[in-house]
Amino acid sequence: MSVKVLFFASLRERLGVGQVMLDATGPLSVAEVWQRSSGGAALPTNVLVSINHEYADVGKQVQPGDEVAFFPPVTGG
Amino acid sequence: MVQVELLDIPFDPWTYLADWQGHRSQQSARSGATAVFVGVMRDFNEGDDVREMFLEHYPGMTERQLEQLATDAMQKWLLDDVLLVHRVGNISPSQPIVLVAVWSAHRAAAFDACRQIMEVLKHTAPFWKRETLTDGSVRWVENNTPG
Repeated sequence: MSVKVLFFASLRERLGVGQVMLDATGPLSVAEVWQRSSGGAALPTNVLVSINHEYADVGKQVQPGDEVAFFPPVTGG
Repeated sequence: MVQVELLDIPFDPWTYLADWQGHRSQQSARSGATAVFVGVMRDFNEGDDVREMFLEHYPGMTERQLEQLATDAMQKWLLDDVLLVHRVGNISPSQPIVLVAVWSAHRAAAFDACRQIMEVLKHTAPFWKRETLTDGSVRWVENNTPG
């Protein structure tokens, strides 16, 4: 199984990648998903996280098969 | 009912409203109040002249968040209907970005719900604005205006 990781907007441009697939055999923390998918950089404090299209805290666990997204503060409307 | 739409082409909010009003004519006697908000792209931001904008979004999550916040407002204020239309893609100054229309029995619920839907949208719906200034430089909008 794998975890699909997405990056959006300025964060995607800064990292130079929009999508990463991580191999996962068991649960991962959001921090682990970030570290493995972003090249080991520290998680910026203003980055928002979603798991399967729902906002999530960094302390939440990610399961194999989940879709995780990291993105900057939203600016719609 | 709740209707949410994302559009990647320009739209006329007043035509949308007229069409919707036509569809819901049988219900219209129940709704004593309609509140409407239309957000339009400005040609300036943070002191700079803006030539165009690209509105990125997170397909799937955006629709889910919009439907959730509209449904929450329906339940909180016992609304009759909510119509929420939002642009994505390339947008030019003076083009509409967002339409929020709510129908309810009384004005207080309509005004409050319309405002609340916009505020929750601006803080939770995964959209990101990238603007091109008149000098050709490109930048991401980092924060919402206060209101």
